[in-house]
Amino acid sequence: MQLGRVVGTVVSTQKHRKLEGAKLLLVQPLTLDDQPRGIPLLTIDSVGAGVGEKVLLVIEGKAAGAALRRKAAPVDAAIIGIVDTVTVDE
Amino acid sequence: MQIARVVGSVVATVKDASLHGYKLLILQPVTPDRAPSGRTLVALDAMGAGVGEHVFFVRGREASFPFLPAEPSTDACVVGIVDHWDLE
Repeated sequence: MQLGRVVGTVVSTQKHRKLEGAKLLLVQPLTLDDQPRGIPLLTIDSVGAGVGEKVLLVIEGKAAGAALRRKAAPVDAAIIGIVDTVTVDE
Repeated sequence: MQIARVVGSVVATVKDASLHGYKLLILQPVTPDRAPSGRTLVALDAMGAGVGEHVFFVRGREASFPFLPAEPSTDACVVGIVDHWDLE
């Protein structure tokens, strides 16, 4: 899993039927010190995250599909948590 | 998933039997501020997208899921056409 910040929303009327009703959010992956890492990803949101929130991401198909609670959904990235705090000890 | 612009298509008469009948698109991934990002790639089309449209695509094993029970040999597939997006 990775940490990221929600930076935008995407509207897509025509999408695969297995994605119907899914909320699409753009998420910028972050390093532990909150710096952007790589380019933003398009994810599906299963927890009700909003723009500006720090979130927990899975970037792997099986886990992302499970987050949508549909079998064999064509997704490879999903938000599966909203982060309250991150503590780094070293 | 990632947003991309459809910049072309590919015709391949000789191809893996599992790919027969599918449309192949050339995608240029873009950043949310619409700048091209990274290399172009070829993806199957599950949505009937056309050149010039912004789409989103899935990578990896899941790219063959839209066509179940058929499982075409692909590592990328267009699964949505983007109407618009908003950045914070």
